[in-house]
Amino acid sequence: MAKKLMKGCEAIAEAAIQAGCRYFFGYPITPQNDIPEYMSLRLPQVGGCFLQAESELAAINMVYGAAGAGARVMTSSSSPGISLKQEGISTAAAAELPCVVVNMMRGGPGLGNIQASQGDYFQATKGGGHGDYHVIVYAPSSIQEAVGMMAKAFDVADEYRIPVMILADGLIGQMMEPVDMDQVGEVHLREKPWAATGYVPGGKKPRAVINSLYIETEDLDVLVSRLEARYEVIRQKEPMIETYKTEGAEYILCAYGTVARVCKAAVRILEEKGVKVGLVRPITLWPFPYDKVREAIAQESVKEALTVEVSSGQMVEDIRLAVNGIKPVQFMGKGGSRIPSAEEIAERIMEMRRA
Amino acid sequence: MVAEVIEELGIREKTAGIAPVGCAVFAYNYFDIDMYEAAHGRAPAVATGYKRVQPDHYIFTYQGDGDLASIGTAEIVQAAHRGEKITTIFINNAIYGMTGGQMAPTTLVGQKTTTSPLGRDKEHCGEPIRMAEMLATISGSAFIARCALNTTPNLIKTKQAIKKAFETQIARKGFSMVEILSPCPTNWGKSPAEAMDWIGEAMIPYYPLGVFKEV
Ligand SMILES: Cc1ncc(C[n+]2csc(CCOP(=O)(O)OP(=O)(O)O)c2C)c(N)n1
Repeated sequence: MAKKLMKGCEAIAEAAIQAGCRYFFGYPITPQNDIPEYMSLRLPQVGGCFLQAESELAAINMVYGAAGAGARVMTSSSSPGISLKQEGISTAAAAELPCVVVNMMRGGPGLGNIQASQGDYFQATKGGGHGDYHVIVYAPSSIQEAVGMMAKAFDVADEYRIPVMILADGLIGQMMEPVDMDQVGEVHLREKPWAATGYVPGGKKPRAVINSLYIETEDLDVLVSRLEARYEVIRQKEPMIETYKTEGAEYILCAYGTVARVCKAAVRILEEKGVKVGLVRPITLWPFPYDKVREAIAQESVKEALTVEVSSGQMVEDIRLAVNGIKPVQFMGKGGSRIPSAEEIAERIMEMRRA
Repeated sequence: MVAEVIEELGIREKTAGIAPVGCAVFAYNYFDIDMYEAAHGRAPAVATGYKRVQPDHYIFTYQGDGDLASIGTAEIVQAAHRGEKITTIFINNAIYGMTGGQMAPTTLVGQKTTTSPLGRDKEHCGEPIRMAEMLATISGSAFIARCALNTTPNLIKTKQAIKKAFETQIARKGFSMVEILSPCPTNWGKSPAEAMDWIGEAMIPYYPLGVFKEV
């Protein structure tokens, strides 16, 4: 199919529908309003249901109800709204409910601003809500990639019975790019015998209990161990990364989301100056691709790495953990919403070279 | 009584319930149907999600007064406002039971609790909230009643109201709720018999029984 010019939010919403998502619950917040707006028109056309909730709290709990009933369901929001959803995300993780949550990150803390930001990395990858749990986090760097991720996100959510987050900066949501909507990818729907679809005593299906409460220590141990075993499989099987010109590079840039695209432009600027620079771009932020990051940076040829983020330095901690002191890792970035330019990034590498 | 009604209406295989955070937290162990446990106050939102996916199934929430009338007021009011075809069983015992007897929005003026040790002072924290009356004013609600568990005739009326509430849901008329004045002898510091008397003497005069809305 020919490529079509689409806004990121709308492309993500359409891709979710093509991935089999039929239910959406959300509360308005900039810069992601085009997702619920699109869903409100499209979902009824495909026999689904869009409902504007009274708050993000209610929205995530509606997701909990729908996911518990076996539906492919999603919600989306932006940073302050995602904070409100955290109790619900923790509860869904404990109740082993598959669902997809989109966060179009804006500048924080607090109400912050409505520009693109990457300040929610810690929240997304290090818990967010309370308790021992994880959500799988995908970070698209283009609209096309986001479109290609939606089917995967829903499939993986169902496979591991886990909430999945699409962590995008507001830019992805707001910019327009040519998109090929045929690239949504294969969709795999599966049976959900655990869902609350009705219980017939003596029937084949067990009684559904969608629950996150395990008051006895031993019972909670069983749940947490089961979750941890599953997380371990996810850590082995699901990390995704893009490496760009890393082989034999002198410096390695590390970035995710749209910032990684700016870094690619910086790589090309530096290439023209005869400086060999590569880029590692984690696509899953949890599970974090520690091994591949270490491999790229530990090479003989590499002098230093530079992590670039639109935050005060969050992913850089995982990069340093991956590298474990083998090579120096520097950081470039600011909290709020200032996205560095390719020239600034290239200049920083030149400075590191002169030092 | 809820289980009896579900049985009598023959909707057991298409019905699920939602337990709250509160003394009814383990309700999912007591009903032999599909059950959810919801986060504190959020049961009406969870019920909404369930009902939108399975509009021909039936769902009820079972909530205490802290759950429904304090932390979950937005969810219950908005579920009624949307006219969600769900049924809510609202247990008003004028106190937070599970956490050890703190003041609830429904605690009576002068009533002593662990966080109103001198008795609830209306200048300080207002007068108790009347949820049934409030929800009856909302156009999306279709059946709203208040009952009590203090006498045999009241028990019979309670069961009739619960049945009516489920019938309202089956007929897809809108939101239905039965508020039930219930004893909490442990946290009231009363014997079970005294607690039953207190419902009649103190609670019912402030929380009148009856049907507030029926469409
Ligand atoms: C977010 C959150 N806040 C507080 C609690 C603690 N908590 C558990 S039960 C409860 C009170 C419930 O009281 P009520 O709804 O009146 O029910 P009852 O125990 O009287 O049946 C509270 C505050 C919690 N579990 N979750």
